[in-house]
Amino acid sequence: MRFFRESWIFLIVSVSIYIILKAFFAFNVISPYIQQICLYAVIVALTSLGLNVIYGYTGQFSLGHAAFYGIGAYTSAYLTKVLSIDGVIPFIPVLVFCGLVSGLVGYLIGIPILRLRDDFLAIATLGFGTLVRVFLDNSDKFAESLGGSRGFVGIPRITNLELVFFFLIFVIIITRNLIHSRYGLFWRCIKDDELAATSVGINTANMKLMAFTYGCMLAGIGGALYANLYSFLHPSNFDILRSIDFLIIVIIGGMGSIMGTIYASIIWVGFIEGLRIVLPAQVLDMRWVVIPILLIALMIWRPYGLMSKRRKV
Amino acid sequence: MDILGYVLQQGINGLQLGAVYALIALGYTMVYGVLRLINFAHGDIFMLGAFVAYFLIAKFGIPIYLVFIITMLACAIAGYLIEKIAYKPLRDAPKISLLITAVGVSLFLEYFLSLNAIFTPNYIAFPRPFDVKGYDLAVFTITNVQVLIFIITFISLFLLYLLIYRTNYGRAMRAVSHDKETAALMGIGIDGIISFTFIVGASLAGVGGILYSIAYPQINVFMGIMPGIKSFIAAVLGGIGIIHGAVIGGLIIGICEVFVSAFLSSTFRDGVIFIILFGVLLFKPSGIFGKRIEKV
Amino acid sequence: MKILDVRNLEKSFGGVKAVDQISFHIEEGEVFSIIGPNGAGKTTMFNLITGLYRPDDGRIFFIDRDITKTPTYMLAHLGIARTFQNMRLFGSLTVLENVLSSLLSKRTYNLFSAVMRTKRFAVSEKAAEEKARKFIDFFGLSGKEDYTASSLSYGEQRRLELARALSTEPRLMLIDEPGAGMNPKEIADLAETIKAIRQRYSVTIAIIEHQMNLVMNISDRIMVMDFGEKIMEGTPEEVKKDKRVIEAYLGEEMD
Repeated sequence: MRFFRESWIFLIVSVSIYIILKAFFAFNVISPYIQQICLYAVIVALTSLGLNVIYGYTGQFSLGHAAFYGIGAYTSAYLTKVLSIDGVIPFIPVLVFCGLVSGLVGYLIGIPILRLRDDFLAIATLGFGTLVRVFLDNSDKFAESLGGSRGFVGIPRITNLELVFFFLIFVIIITRNLIHSRYGLFWRCIKDDELAATSVGINTANMKLMAFTYGCMLAGIGGALYANLYSFLHPSNFDILRSIDFLIIVIIGGMGSIMGTIYASIIWVGFIEGLRIVLPAQVLDMRWVVIPILLIALMIWRPYGLMSKRRKV
Repeated sequence: MDILGYVLQQGINGLQLGAVYALIALGYTMVYGVLRLINFAHGDIFMLGAFVAYFLIAKFGIPIYLVFIITMLACAIAGYLIEKIAYKPLRDAPKISLLITAVGVSLFLEYFLSLNAIFTPNYIAFPRPFDVKGYDLAVFTITNVQVLIFIITFISLFLLYLLIYRTNYGRAMRAVSHDKETAALMGIGIDGIISFTFIVGASLAGVGGILYSIAYPQINVFMGIMPGIKSFIAAVLGGIGIIHGAVIGGLIIGICEVFVSAFLSSTFRDGVIFIILFGVLLFKPSGIFGKRIEKV
Repeated sequence: MKILDVRNLEKSFGGVKAVDQISFHIEEGEVFSIIGPNGAGKTTMFNLITGLYRPDDGRIFFIDRDITKTPTYMLAHLGIARTFQNMRLFGSLTVLENVLSSLLSKRTYNLFSAVMRTKRFAVSEKAAEEKARKFIDFFGLSGKEDYTASSLSYGEQRRLELARALSTEPRLMLIDEPGAGMNPKEIADLAETIKAIRQRYSVTIAIIEHQMNLVMNISDRIMVMDFGEKIMEGTPEEVKKDKRVIEAYLGEEMD
């Protein structure tokens, strides 16, 4: 198939990684807890990839990515619970639907706010994130089962290795094909100079909206996988700190690099969860003191992102 | 109570909240003027002000006027240091890097203070330096806390006015915010003016922190986030970079918030503020007092 | 035939009239220059024509079509291309990608083709790349296809911006101060390049320029602006002799 044509080496490598992981899982080389972290890392990678398209490639700074992740998670939690879905196969259409819901919300919110630039876009997306958070906190007033500030409980556990792994592979290939096409080129043009982009004939408003919608779709799918991995959701899982998590991953991974994002996600989740295992609880609180310092240092040292080269202004 | 009295009463309560927002919004608007940066850490300076005041009152029992002076000094130093350490090295970096740094500073201040070894992540009661008394003015009641807030806010705004419009520093600051390059060519030390702006903005946020804690006597390391964002929205509403816009914007946001809580439901008050933000950004991004700017 | 017809155009910024009731037209095939001191409103005029600013009053027609309200990106498809005074290249993109951006912005292949890598995708991409290489070659940049635009020398960047604009295959090309920061030798080369563009691609050219020898060398007609107003319009000879022009340029050399 042409769809895979340029990606066959990548496919072979991924299938080998899958076999190794599957063996680890099957023979209990790693504990169920670590297994869960592995799945979580893949979900984070998928969601961060969405933010990378929005911010890393297209240059549209978003502080509200966790909101779209949350929309996907709550949609999936509600649907799987109400429809009592517990198999992987019936779950796939739900996943796709959750992606579409987040994408649609992203599209609708994107039409007005993507006209804004840089810091104003940041505030607008932050505002949207806060609105979603307020909604989730009061969600029990709309539907009792959403749980409001008590959290959403009793979500069927469906997410497994095959599902997250092959969804990620699938999404990587689609993203790759998009990036290496005229659409990806237009996104990068917009990031470099939006005005120049529009004067060479690129419909910048549409292209930004497309990148944003696609990124939000990935967040929605990621959120759905997350909800059915942990079987419990709380509004605080989707606040600004989570958005900053994704942002840090995109920055560390080098803005505008697909594999960079994947590696950074795995490293970041490994680092955070690793600390949880190694460090006692009191010291663990230190991480949100250390992370901002690292972030500031990173910005001062490499203002264009870790893996990108320094550019002349 | 008749409906008019109730509305007036809520209006007074709204002005009380709005006055605090106005004090914080001034810092946002001035910093945006000189650096074109949304200083995310500004809400945390406000929080810092509340904490310094808490220590001064609870641990040392210092008289209230001294509390104001020391808190302002402490916040001024914090604002100065934040700018010098975190923002200054990024003067030529892309805007977003500066913004991310500001978010980093904000998170650092919050989580550093929330450590149990330093402080606590929990809410603590703020010791009011005096008991609350209400004065009945026929149609509505006004408390001594509200009187204090109005007086202090008024004095602060008057001093700020003198500072900005009657001193050389203030003139230089306005020049830098108008056109940085030209100001530099005219021999204005940009770095000095930026520091000056942070110092003034942080002191005002410190005052806001004290007043807020006296009015709503519960403090917490994360208390600066929402007032910070709302004050920024107030600054945008009034026209970012415009001093009197920040004051009017703050008052409007405060009144809106109180009215929504009183007449709809307090759960929606944050939502309504963000809807105001979207409205402003979409229909008049330059704010109430801003001029339309087109630039290529 | 009038390729561009500007009627009573007006635009103010905060009470200052940057463009004040200006009318002019450009004939197909000619080189039309706009000159005037700094702040005369020349670049504002270009920004109005290309839709980056909306005029307060007046109309703009491009081959009988009213384009006063047409969005900028549409103008590129209709056949108006431009370069910028301060050059606006995609600095982190390669030379090839810079030229491809305008070639691919036309209807080539759709989203489905891109994701599924259909035959249409492969064919369109290949055709666009071949075309892009021709433009790169024409502007003497071959061999530098894979260099990032920001790594090129100043003169090369100027040429790349021309290549990018020309690759939209425009009928009218607006060139904003191409000679800025160039030495006399480079100016002479630039004059040749502009003449070559006109001949080979039969495109109408409107140009803003300060370098008088360049303007006098290449223009068929010249419009002179000062303080947002049109002072006069005529052939290079007529402009040279005009008293008002000499006054507006008082202190500046005219040869």
